[in-house]
Amino acid sequence: MHIRLKIWRQENSHDTGKMQDYAIADVNPDMSFLEMLDMLNEQLLAQGQRVVEFDHDCREGICGQCGMMINGRAHGPLKNTTTCQLHMRSFREGDTIYIEPFRATAFPVKCDLKVDRSAFDRVIQAGGYVAVNTGQAPEANSIPVGHPVAEAAFDAAACIGCGACVAVCKNSSAALFTSAKITHLALLPQGAVEAQERVRRMVDQMDAEGFGHCSNTEACEAECPQQISVLHIARMNWEYNKAQLLKK
Amino acid sequence: MLDAKIPDGPLEHKWRHYKEHAKLVNPANRKKLEVIVVGTGLAGSAIAASLGEMGYRVKSFCFQDTPRRAHSVAAQGGVNACKNYKNDGDNVFRMFYDTIKGGDFRAREANVYRLAECSASLIDQAVAQGVPFGREYGGYLNNRSFGGVQVSRTFYARGQTGQQLLLGAYQALMRQVHQGTVKMYARHEMLELVTIDGKAKGVIVRNLDTGEIERHGAHAVILATGGFGKIYYLSTLAMGCNGSAIWRAHKKGALIANPSWTQIHPTSLPQSGEYQSKLTLMSESLRNDGRIWVPKKQEENRLPNQVPEEERDYYLERRYPAFGNLSPRDIASRAAKERIDAGYGVGPLKNAVYLDFSKAIKDQGIDKIREKYGNLFRMYEKITGVDAYKEPMKISPAAHFSMGGLWVDYELMTTIPGLFALGEANFADHGANRLGANSLLQACVDGYFIAPYTLANYLADEIKTPATDVHHPAFDAAVKQVEEQLHLLKSIGGKLSTDYFHKTLGKILYDKCGLSRSAEGLEAAIGEIRELRQQFYADLFVPGGYAINSELEKAGRVADYLELGELMCYDALTREESCGAHFRLEYQTPEGEAMRNDADFAFISAWGWAGENQPPVWNKEPLIFEFVTPTVRSYK
Repeated sequence: MHIRLKIWRQENSHDTGKMQDYAIADVNPDMSFLEMLDMLNEQLLAQGQRVVEFDHDCREGICGQCGMMINGRAHGPLKNTTTCQLHMRSFREGDTIYIEPFRATAFPVKCDLKVDRSAFDRVIQAGGYVAVNTGQAPEANSIPVGHPVAEAAFDAAACIGCGACVAVCKNSSAALFTSAKITHLALLPQGAVEAQERVRRMVDQMDAEGFGHCSNTEACEAECPQQISVLHIARMNWEYNKAQLLKK
Repeated sequence: MLDAKIPDGPLEHKWRHYKEHAKLVNPANRKKLEVIVVGTGLAGSAIAASLGEMGYRVKSFCFQDTPRRAHSVAAQGGVNACKNYKNDGDNVFRMFYDTIKGGDFRAREANVYRLAECSASLIDQAVAQGVPFGREYGGYLNNRSFGGVQVSRTFYARGQTGQQLLLGAYQALMRQVHQGTVKMYARHEMLELVTIDGKAKGVIVRNLDTGEIERHGAHAVILATGGFGKIYYLSTLAMGCNGSAIWRAHKKGALIANPSWTQIHPTSLPQSGEYQSKLTLMSESLRNDGRIWVPKKQEENRLPNQVPEEERDYYLERRYPAFGNLSPRDIASRAAKERIDAGYGVGPLKNAVYLDFSKAIKDQGIDKIREKYGNLFRMYEKITGVDAYKEPMKISPAAHFSMGGLWVDYELMTTIPGLFALGEANFADHGANRLGANSLLQACVDGYFIAPYTLANYLADEIKTPATDVHHPAFDAAVKQVEEQLHLLKSIGGKLSTDYFHKTLGKILYDKCGLSRSAEGLEAAIGEIRELRQQFYADLFVPGGYAINSELEKAGRVADYLELGELMCYDALTREESCGAHFRLEYQTPEGEAMRNDADFAFISAWGWAGENQPPVWNKEPLIFEFVTPTVRSYK
């Protein structure tokens, strides 16, 4: 396959950046999208040029480090798929592919396609945990958790923290990310104890980081590689309102 | 000379005895003591969070953009613990025995027993953190069985157990960051260990975003930097996984034990072309319900579903009837290689075997299979375009886990006082072959339940030591060394990319120090690696500056791999027996089974650095079996 690429190049966070054109031949349809970028980088190296910087690590869809806008869609054209799990068979001979970083006020571009997503860590730091120290835990089976509850908690906990939900939202809202953690922990008896305090602190932090309000368009769920449901956002709002009402 | 410091007494009392007599640090003194933790996978996050909770001052480093991305996240199948919830005869001794036997009697009894002993507490801890393990309808925890054992002791969170355990540890870590006990440094890579008067006193790290070289001092340094299987280039590991932290510690005096013992995982996706950057793992748990087969006929061109039952060779069930498809990984991988090499491989490159779920789907229903493995089937379809509910998966062996690593004693301390190694970065518990679902367990147990005690035992003698001066000449020298190396890598000005060297090294190792090894091949490999290393320093090209530059990051890691790879070959060459994952062609039975040699090789090889281009120094720690008798490992 011959592919034309238009890629966002930006030397560092102060640089203005621009789209740049590249062409690449002999692309194998079974290659992953990132392997296609590896190939482009080998080509750039051979020409003595700086490579395109992009985030990636596990390349099996679970670490959440890869992520870019491909033809205007977070992680590209496939549903529920990270960039690393996208293969060139999803494109056609002669296609022009636009590749840009995830963009949001809270995710400043660091270089080319790499963005700073440390805001997510700070949202978790604000309360996305069960306050249990090592050694305090009771026997695991002492608190039964119903199968459907455990499965629902898992569905929310499956979030990989890639930031696609933010990138695709017109308000750059982190509501899906934050609500997934709030739901995961609120559903389980172990996490329910701190649910009120947690939701207030995490929502406050989310706002402080510069993420926008939920746009109610549900674009986040459509683009989420882990199929995290927008219903978690409803639960977050409910938990938040409850916490505000019951606040002492 | 190598003293593992195993406590005296009966096996089941050793750890308790150790804990009862280990020195403690009182809470008021803990805040005076600084600890550096490199790596934020399960072992690193667990120990950093635990130490923070206890009141030590901790600095945590990772090269990823957030600690939650460390490669523990990718472990799929599960974590072992002998809770005996199934009432099927599990107990600490049996788990100990399965693990030491699985490791082909090449691990320390005391370490392995402790691993089994602490396993139950880990499940309690993880559940308390909110890890959503699979449950029965009554609300109690579910288990499944895994390769190499005959009980069900594997706890799981669908096919994302590593992710869920890591998020539990990561959240505990973030809580400590919020409380100010842990300071987090993401996107920082350790490039040098600093020792003063023989003790580990700090690290030199590079901020991968700004390029800045930083000095960090401490009273103790913990390396929890994972395994180095990525040395094969094609592996199941993440692209950034590397051996640099342990290698640089090695060059400062820490011994590396059994570096050639690499687990080749039997159920990975096969390579499909030269461009390939990684081999995706399909969890071993699939072998619970999947049956492995190849056609009985070579060059079989029919589609798998068209090959009738009687023309299929379920070779694991045939060769190992007692364990069948659940045979341990080394055996399953070698058996697959044997069939593929004999010309029975399937797929376009004839480099795979089938993993078939049709019987399980017929017996249990598609919904049950979907619930157990849904995400794995989805992942398989994304990568290959094939629906594995309808036709068998194609799988193939791939480099996966480093059983070898930094030599540590019972306290998980390396040969450098004050330098500890946890999780996959050390060599301690898995012998010559790791059992499935023991990796998450070992990382967690090291981090949550062992190092908090053993580190205190060391730090108790350091309470009067003032904070480390990062302007000590040892730090100056280490910084200079780091800067010179970075400058060197950038200034070679050759024509070849780092990936070229990495792929070439990987191919040498895979062919000659992979699933099977021979003296002839290993000697050739040592020569080839030396030549490749010379070529690296003559012809490497690294563009860009010192700030964000992935090529410069990779070049440093591959420079270390080019040295570590040679050591792996020495290790494999000198071990003239077949054990676990280490299969020497010269030492096999007429049936092709491994021939272990307990009379001459019941020891751990621990290697010392002797300087550039010098053969490594070989030390041996004898393995003494007081409580079990090594037997020929039979899964028949």
